[in-house]
Amino acid sequence: MTPPTAPPPSLEVRGLAYAYPDGHQALFGVDLTVGRGERVALLGPNGAGKTTLVLHLNGILTAGAGTVAVAGLPVAKRNLAEIRRRVGIVFQDPDDQLFMPTVREDVAFGPAAAGLRGAELEARVVAALRRVGMARYADRPPHHLSFGQRRRVAVATVLAMEPEILVLDEPSSNLDPASRRELADILRSLDITVLMVTHDLPYALELCPRAVILSDGVIVADGPTGGLLGDEELMAAHRLELPFGFDPGAVSRAARPAV
Amino acid sequence: MGAGHAHKLYRHGHSPVHGLPPHCKLAAVFCFVVVVVSTPREAVWAFALYGALLAAVAAVARIPAGFLLRRLLIEVPFVAFAVLMPFVVPGEQVTFLGLSLSVPGLWGAWNVLAKGTLGVAASVILASTTELRALLLGLQRLRLPPLLVQIASFMIRYGDVITDEMRRMSIARRSRGFEASGPRHWGVLAKSAGALFIRSYERGERVHLAMVSRGYTGTMPVIDEVTADRTQWAYAAALPVSALAVCLLGWTL
Amino acid sequence: MHVPDGFINVPVSVATGAVAAGAVAVSLRGARRELDERTAPLAGLVAAFVFAVQMLNFPVAAGTSGHLLGGALAAILVGPYTGVLCVSVVLLMQGILFADGGLTALGVNITDMAVVTTVVAYALFRGLVKVLPRTRGSVTAASFVAALVSVPAAALAFTAMYALGGTTDIPIGKVLAAMVGVHVLIGVGEAVITAATVGAVLAVRPDLVYGARGLSAPLKLRVGGELVDAAPRETGPRETAAAGPVAAAGPVAARSTRAFWATGLVTALILAGFVSFYASSSPDGLEKVAADQGIDEKTEPHHTDGSPLAGYGVKDIADGRVSGGLAGVIGVGVTVAAGSGVFWAVRRRRGSQESGHAGRSGQAPAGSA
Repeated sequence: MTPPTAPPPSLEVRGLAYAYPDGHQALFGVDLTVGRGERVALLGPNGAGKTTLVLHLNGILTAGAGTVAVAGLPVAKRNLAEIRRRVGIVFQDPDDQLFMPTVREDVAFGPAAAGLRGAELEARVVAALRRVGMARYADRPPHHLSFGQRRRVAVATVLAMEPEILVLDEPSSNLDPASRRELADILRSLDITVLMVTHDLPYALELCPRAVILSDGVIVADGPTGGLLGDEELMAAHRLELPFGFDPGAVSRAARPAV
Repeated sequence: MGAGHAHKLYRHGHSPVHGLPPHCKLAAVFCFVVVVVSTPREAVWAFALYGALLAAVAAVARIPAGFLLRRLLIEVPFVAFAVLMPFVVPGEQVTFLGLSLSVPGLWGAWNVLAKGTLGVAASVILASTTELRALLLGLQRLRLPPLLVQIASFMIRYGDVITDEMRRMSIARRSRGFEASGPRHWGVLAKSAGALFIRSYERGERVHLAMVSRGYTGTMPVIDEVTADRTQWAYAAALPVSALAVCLLGWTL
Repeated sequence: MHVPDGFINVPVSVATGAVAAGAVAVSLRGARRELDERTAPLAGLVAAFVFAVQMLNFPVAAGTSGHLLGGALAAILVGPYTGVLCVSVVLLMQGILFADGGLTALGVNITDMAVVTTVVAYALFRGLVKVLPRTRGSVTAASFVAALVSVPAAALAFTAMYALGGTTDIPIGKVLAAMVGVHVLIGVGEAVITAATVGAVLAVRPDLVYGARGLSAPLKLRVGGELVDAAPRETGPRETAAAGPVAAAGPVAARSTRAFWATGLVTALILAGFVSFYASSSPDGLEKVAADQGIDEKTEPHHTDGSPLAGYGVKDIADGRVSGGLAGVIGVGVTVAAGSGVFWAVRRRRGSQESGHAGRSGQAPAGSA
C-alpha cells in the first residue's frame, strides 16, 4: 500500500461538529485525514457517531462546524454533484441501496444520473459488475439474490461511479463466512482509497493497515490496526471487544508479510 | 423488500398492447375517456360499441375476461349509488315489477354506470399492460411536472415499504397476544399508525440517502430511452379515434 | 368522494380542471420553498399514506363513496403547497391505476379533495397554533380540529360542485344532508388518525412536521467542551432566519388573547358536542340548538345557499342525539375556523414581518445538505 504522502489527501476532515435537529449532538470536532490509496478502518461502539460522520462525507448532512474536503474539493452545496461522484458510500443494508428492478439498472443509476448514456454507460456497468464477480446476474432483480450477492452488487453500484474514495458502512454485517471472504477478496483487489466503518474488528485487521477509533463524537486513537487492537486498555475504554479467542498480535504477525 | 416493483395490477405479457410506449397508452386512454364522457346518454348503442372496442383491446392484450371483471369490482360503491338513483330522484315515475321508479333517475343511473364502467375498464386495461415504472416514465414524457413524478415514484416505493412494515408490526403485536377486536383497541391502532409512519419514513429515508449519494437530484436518470415512433402512435390512436367516430355518430343520429 | 366519469357535466368539469391546474401550478412554485433534499421523500411517504387511507372506501347513498381524505395530514406534515401536490398525485395515480375516480373528473376530484381539504385544514391549523400555547400538545390538538373540519368542508365543496354541474337532478338538499352527515363521521376518524400520526411524529422526529417548525429552539454546538452557537446556515434564500428566537416572538397581549381563545374553543366544543349529546332528550330541540349555535354561521364562509343543513340536520344518522351533537361540533368548528382565520389575517397584517418569519424560522437545519 502507498503511504499517505501524495497530496492532496483523498479525505480531509477538520474540526467537524454536528447536532441533530432534535438537539442530540453526535459529533464533537472530528479530525481525520486519509491519504490516496490508503485503506483505513473507522472503529467505534454503537452510537459513537460513525454513520453521522459518513453522511457528512458526501454532503448529505451539512457540518454544524468544521470542514470536509475530498481530494482537495470542499464539501459544499455548489460542489455537491462532483462530491457525490467522488465519494462512493456503500450503506449497511443493501436493500436500502438497491432500488431498481434489475441489477443492471441499479448499477447504471449513478453513472446515468451523472449524464452517461448508451454504450459508454453499458461498458461502465459491465466493468463494475465484473470487478465484484456479478456480471452474470445483470438482468436479475436484486431482491432475488442472496444477501452476500446483494452486498456485492451494492459495492458495484458505487464502483460504477469511479469514485475517489469508497466508504463502506459495516460491510461484513449479516454475511456468512464465505460471503465475508469473497467480499474481502474483492475489496483487496480494488486499487482505491477505502474507509471502512465497522465494529467487526478481525475484518478491520484483515483489510486495513490503519485504524482510527471514533468514540463519543471524537477521534480518540489513530494508528496501525494491529497496535490499536492489541491495546487492551484502549479497547475496553471504548467498548470495543475482540471475539473470543482472537489474538490480534498473532494474526498481524502472520498477515504482515502478505500485506 | 426494498424493491418490490411488481405490482399486483400488472399482468406480465408480451402482447402488442404491452409493447406500446407508456405515454402513447396514457394519451390514448385519456382521449378515449373524454370521448366516452361527451357522448349523449340517449345513444345507448354507442356505449355498446365502446364496450366492444375495449373488449377488442383486452383481447389483443390477452387479458382474460375474468381478470378484467374482477378488477371492475372497484366500481361497486358507484354501482350502489346508481342503484339508489331511480328511487331518490324526483320526476316522472314508471312502475316496474311493482316498484315505482323515476325516469330521470333511471337515465341518471344509466349515465353514471355506463360512463363510469367504461372509464374503469379502460384504466384497468392500461394498468394491466403497463408496469408502474413505465407509467411514471410515460407521465414524465407527457410533461407532467418533475416534482409530481418524483412524489408519485416515492409514493409507489413507500407503498411497498408501508405494507412491509405494517406486516412486521402486526406480527409483533400478535406475538404479544394483541388482537384488534373492536373500538376498544382503536387507541392502539391509532398509535400504530403514527409508529408506522415513522418507521416507514426512516426506512424510506435510507433508500433516499442511497439514491442521493449516487447523484439523484429529483428526476430518475434515463437508462433505457423510451421513444415512440409514428406507427406506435398510430397504433395507440386506433382506440380513441374509433371511439370518436362512434361519438360523432351518437350526436348526429 | 371520488367522482366517476360522467357524474359532473362537461362545463363544470372543465372549469374545475382549470381550477385544479391553477392550484397545482401555484403549489409547484410554493413547494420549492417547502421541500429540500431530505423532505422530498417525506412528501412521497405522505402521498403513500394518503393513498392508503383513501382506499378505505364505504358507499354513501347520495354521493358516490366516502373515505378518509388525508389532506389535513399532508398539509401539516409537509406544508400546504406540497400537501396539495401529494393529494393530487394520489388522485392521479388512483385514477390511472385503480380506476378510482374518473380521469375526466380529475379536476373535480383535485379541487375538492386536494385543494379544499388542504387549504381549509392548513388555515385552521395555523390559526389554532397561533392562538394556542406553543407546545407539542397544541400542535396535536390543532391537527385534530383541522382534520375534523376539513372533511365536512370537502363534502360541502362537493355539494356545491354538484349543485352547479350534477348530471342528475337529485334534490340538492338530499345530497348535502347525506354528504355532510356521513363526512362528519368520517371527519372524526380522520381527526383521530391525523392527530395520532402528527403526535407520534412530533414525539420522535419533530423536524419532520412542517406545521411545527416554529417550535424548535435555536441549536447549539459543543466544540472542545465549550458551547458555541450554531452559525446560521448560508445555504440559500430558502432558509430565512434559522436562529430566530421564535418562542419569544409572541407579545404579552397576544398571549392573553391566546389563552382566551383556547378556553373559548374548548368550552364551545364541549358544550356543542357533549352537553348537547347528554343534556337534552329532545332531538328536535337539539337540532335547533345546533343550527342556532353554528350552522348559520357556517353558511357564511362556505357560500352555500340558505341554510339547508338546518332543515335536514344530520337527520339521516339514525340517532338524533348523535346527529345533534355532531352538527354542533362541526358548527363550532367551522365558526372557529372562520373566526381564527380572520384573527390570524388581522394579526398577520399587524406584524407581518414578525409573524411571517416566525412561521418559517427555526427550520430543521438537518435538511438542506
